[in-house]
Amino acid sequence: MLLAIAWKNIWRNKTRSLVVITAVMLGLWAGAFILAYVFGMINQRLEDAIGNEISHLQLHHEEFYKDYAPKFYLENGEKVLEGLDSNPRVKASTGRVLTYGMVGSAANSTGGKFIGIDPTREDQVTQLSTKLTEGEYLQRSDKNKILIGKKLADKLKVKLRSKIVLTFQDINGDIVAGAFRIKGIFRSYNTALEENNLYALDQDLSRLLNAQHQVHEIAVLLQDEEQVDEYARDLSQQYPTARVESWKEISPELGLMVESLDQYMMIFFVIILLALSFGIVNTMLMAVLERVREIGMLMAIGMNKVRLFGMIAFETIFMVLIATPLGLLLAYLTIYWFGMNGLDLSGLYQEGYAAYGFKSIIYPQLDAMYYYRIMLLVGITALLASIYPAITALRLDPVKAIRKI
Amino acid sequence: MEGHKDRVIRTEGLFKVYDDGAVSLKAVNDVSLSIEKGEFTALVGPSGSGKTTLLNLIGGLDTPTAGKVWVHEKDISGLKKNQLIDFRLYNIGFVFQAYNLVPVLTARENIEFVMLLQKVGKEERNRRVDQLLGEIGLQDKAGKRPAELSGGQQQRVAVARALASKPQFVLADEPTANLDSKTAENLLDMMAKLNMDEGMTFLFSTHDQRVIDRAKRVITLVDGSIVSDVTREKTTIEA
Ligand SMILES: Nc1ncnc2c1ncn2[C@@H]1O[C@H](COP(=O)(O)OP(=O)(O)OP(=O)(O)O)[C@@H](O)[C@H]1O
Ligand SMILES: [Mg+2]
Repeated sequence: MLLAIAWKNIWRNKTRSLVVITAVMLGLWAGAFILAYVFGMINQRLEDAIGNEISHLQLHHEEFYKDYAPKFYLENGEKVLEGLDSNPRVKASTGRVLTYGMVGSAANSTGGKFIGIDPTREDQVTQLSTKLTEGEYLQRSDKNKILIGKKLADKLKVKLRSKIVLTFQDINGDIVAGAFRIKGIFRSYNTALEENNLYALDQDLSRLLNAQHQVHEIAVLLQDEEQVDEYARDLSQQYPTARVESWKEISPELGLMVESLDQYMMIFFVIILLALSFGIVNTMLMAVLERVREIGMLMAIGMNKVRLFGMIAFETIFMVLIATPLGLLLAYLTIYWFGMNGLDLSGLYQEGYAAYGFKSIIYPQLDAMYYYRIMLLVGITALLASIYPAITALRLDPVKAIRKI
Repeated sequence: MEGHKDRVIRTEGLFKVYDDGAVSLKAVNDVSLSIEKGEFTALVGPSGSGKTTLLNLIGGLDTPTAGKVWVHEKDISGLKKNQLIDFRLYNIGFVFQAYNLVPVLTARENIEFVMLLQKVGKEERNRRVDQLLGEIGLQDKAGKRPAELSGGQQQRVAVARALASKPQFVLADEPTANLDSKTAENLLDMMAKLNMDEGMTFLFSTHDQRVIDRAKRVITLVDGSIVSDVTREKTTIEA
């Protein structure tokens, strides 16, 4: 009966209750959607970073990171790659020759990262060929051809087929230089990468380095991202002299971003709920104050405090209970739709997003877990918001309340 | 004090003083009275004479400044607020001037409500509600909400609700104040009939002379004190 009265009381002032229900519904909808949007954005950034730049795992010589000296190439690079090729867990892998130095044109010069690639394998790992906006991708038969980022090309004031000179140390520490002709210009949503990286054939760089055909870096893309840590361990055991790192270690800021996002998003949601709960409390206080006489009468005829509290509290909770599934359903539907079709904000912030390595079309996504968490938070909010109005009702003195008649 | 097995209400030296610092007002001033089971008593007096205050004290809604109230020889003056709520639920039926009913419940549900609070079984509840609806003559309005009933009908439902909990007595503070005199008389006749049929004790306050005429006993208050207490041998009640 108390529940029935609480339920019926909601509909005494339909407009007011519907305003609260709608507010909670919209709040949850917007909150969940923003959550999904941010998760979609971060996930996309992560997938891009893994699929286009850093891959799931990387292998280097143990001392390579010390000073990035070209003499620290991977032992048995060829063998490692063969082993990876025959492993069903591996989707693609490639070896790279790495060196750092100066790149100069007639107009300008700047620092750069020179990457010697196996064009076919590299493309499988990072889809490099798809990033080209001008010119063509590298081929095995090319000689001293190079791919350069658009930003760097602008800085050096060079165009397709221009000649640029790379200067760096060989494995003996001697300075060497090589002239390369620009075969292609690529773009990347990651500005830093577009400004720094140059891709040449591994054989060309090895020759300049006075090295055998050896690689400094092996990048591995796995079939299943969940297996990263496990497979990293396996590889370390298999190749004890190599340093095996997962994407989280290679790019700790990405890992941190993913992990801290959870907390930030929950804080964000708590703030939304806090705002909503003020609205709920306010409405319920109005409802209680409107019914002072009635509540006084109920206390007079013997409705005890527990029951009175329950009656008012349930009214609050019911309103939230009506709003929550509606809000979350709306959120689910919009997230699903935009998750399929993408949300394009390119008109607004494309440049800004690109500077941080984000794309402008976002595919919002929200794990089921977050819907449960939201429900839990909403439940707690409803309970907390129900307390104050109910306590206000309890404080009424029946004698005074009835005298108002 | 002995030999009063059927005494339902007794007060002894009851005071209620309102003191706002500057003036102290004795709303109830040394009231001692007792009411036997089955009485049908009117509490009368000019406005501000303390009728409501006295009823509230007897009904355990308010606590006296001094003096005691016994209900069935149980001293309720010492009960705590929470204990009083439960005491009222099981021992006292209330009828107020207005706002007696829960607006979202039907007449039937309103009558049933107190029994639900008392945790009376469903069968017994239905039986009692049907019986009371018959006694107040509103069987056909059982499914109506208060807003769909006339003022007189609402007060009838309120009386039925007060009786539903099988209280020791019913306190009614100006139950007819919002009714026209014909309707008021009808309500009083109904109460008188319930008084006869169920042996229910009624104590009601009123201004209305025609209502007063129907009482068996009339207690008059002036400035918080009883100035007369008359029990009539013959009454004008027709059953
Ligand atoms: N809470 C209060 N504080 C101060 N004075 C009060 C309070 N309640 C009642 N009084 C005073 O106590 C006196 C008795 O009031 P009460 O309501 O009991 O009279 P009444 O006989 O019921 O009057 P009426 O016929 O108008 O209903 C009045 O003078 C009233 O102003
Ligand atoms: Mg009064």
